[in-house]
Amino acid sequence: MAEPLTKETVTKVAHLARLKLSGAELDLFTTQLGQVLGYVELLNELDTTAVEPMAHVADIANVFRDDEVRPSLPRAAALSNAPKTDGKFFVVPQILEEG
Amino acid sequence: MPALTSSAVDLIAQLDCGETSSLALTETCLQTISAQDANIRAFLSTNAETALAQAKAIDEKRKSGQPVGRLAGLPIAIKDNMCTLGVKTTCASRILENFVPPYDAGVVEKLKAADAVLVGKTNLDEFAMGSSTENSAFQVTRNPWKLEHTVGGSSGGSAAAVAARMVPLSLGSDTGGSIRQPAGFCGVVGMKPTYGRVSRYGLIAYASSLDQIGPFATDVASAALLLEVISGHDNRDSTSVDRPVPEYSQTVEQPLTGLRVGIAREHFVEGLDREVEAAIKQSLDVYRSLGAEIVELSLPHSKYAIATYYLIAASEASSNLARFDGVHYGHRAAKFDNLIDMYSASRGEGFGPEVKRRIMLGTYALSAGYYDAYYLKALKVRRLIRRDFDAAFERCDILASPVASTPAFRLGELVNDPLAMYLSDIYTISANLAGIPGLSLPCGLSSTGLPIGLQLLASPFEEEKLLRVARMFEHATDWHTKRPPA
Repeated sequence: MAEPLTKETVTKVAHLARLKLSGAELDLFTTQLGQVLGYVELLNELDTTAVEPMAHVADIANVFRDDEVRPSLPRAAALSNAPKTDGKFFVVPQILEEG
Repeated sequence: MPALTSSAVDLIAQLDCGETSSLALTETCLQTISAQDANIRAFLSTNAETALAQAKAIDEKRKSGQPVGRLAGLPIAIKDNMCTLGVKTTCASRILENFVPPYDAGVVEKLKAADAVLVGKTNLDEFAMGSSTENSAFQVTRNPWKLEHTVGGSSGGSAAAVAARMVPLSLGSDTGGSIRQPAGFCGVVGMKPTYGRVSRYGLIAYASSLDQIGPFATDVASAALLLEVISGHDNRDSTSVDRPVPEYSQTVEQPLTGLRVGIAREHFVEGLDREVEAAIKQSLDVYRSLGAEIVELSLPHSKYAIATYYLIAASEASSNLARFDGVHYGHRAAKFDNLIDMYSASRGEGFGPEVKRRIMLGTYALSAGYYDAYYLKALKVRRLIRRDFDAAFERCDILASPVASTPAFRLGELVNDPLAMYLSDIYTISANLAGIPGLSLPCGLSSTGLPIGLQLLASPFEEEKLLRVARMFEHATDWHTKRPPA
């Protein structure tokens, strides 16, 4: 965990995060994220082998509801903010190659 | 024209007895915004026309003797990360610059049901990520006490709007201190409720296990009233807790006897500004004079809170913000090669630097090979931090601390040093990790004329106690009556 952060790793993470970054941003984030990762090494001072992780603080589990049909957003409202629609569906660039 | 110097609770009394009208109040708010907001820049948008129409309708309802809501006729501002039906909600981000929600957030429904008048949406750090409101894609909000200083963040617009008396009440959201720290920097009351007390339905998510909506007001009694209105279970937010909402606005005036105020030795260490330290110590003297016992104790894992927070919050953010893909809503790039490139280009163009940094940090912390070392480790330390508080509250009713180590810093001072900005959240972040309620109230002024805030923390769902203890301080001091120079 202590190896320095490289620009290659940052480029890979940017791809995983679906973020197109400029060369200047990649340089800047390599430095800044390296600093933050250096700082969080602090946590390694603590022995946490016997500690249960805490994903959530609220004392609630398994919130169920009846499986019944309820009103939802009308289609026009759901589509109203989309960058591109055909009036019925969200339109995205072609995904499958022509066979 | 009624002056907006009165608290929300007092304004409601004036409305109820006919001393003023909602129309007059709303006009005053809108005029104050026009006069002051060119300098302060707290608002991203205002809706004068609908606000005035709403105010008129509520005045008529009241006049005709119909029952009215708890906030009837009171103008309120809302942080621009809560969805408002038909009213643009931007998160201060280019990616949502033109987003008009097709529904109201749970809290907005409750405000409307309480007959509050929605005057506008306030500025924030983009997606609530920041501590100075400088990360807004649209504008920098300035501190009404000293324009060259920050209002804090991320709910900086909501804090400034109340501090400058542009509105008597506002809503913010608090993920790592985003209500309490700007309240402290602006000299107003701000409160983060227990996680689960207020519905997050329609709050655009940053870090779901930490986010909580809460009130800003000019005094504790008004904050209690607003909290009472917005609290309660909502089956559209499965983390909202189904338990009765106490009558905070009634019990807030009851002082507590046998009060034990805890102070953590980790909170009074190097780096704490001398004037802030003096103001907090004087506040403890106020509690002593009211009969409280001051209990010194320890929160041994305090120093790990910031590292824990930034790993957890960034991880959750990287997942939450994956929804902004240029398909369902938000910005889509004009030029791209294929679907994946469309996602990446749209997000690269739409998000600002701090949002990108946190998405990157979170993606890294969750990625194969690093998950155990970073994310899982942080979740384990989170439990240790919660245990510290559980142990502390065995020995005291309330924990008192500074809100921040300094008064409001200068604009531009930390914005280019992300780690230094993160470190400025040291006093507020633990409460979010532990899920406990916290409140910030004015307790002093620095020699340069900047407000100093006192933070009070309590056990989960002890909002009632927290508000009562804070109100005791207000009754014994006059810091909450101080206002920014005109």
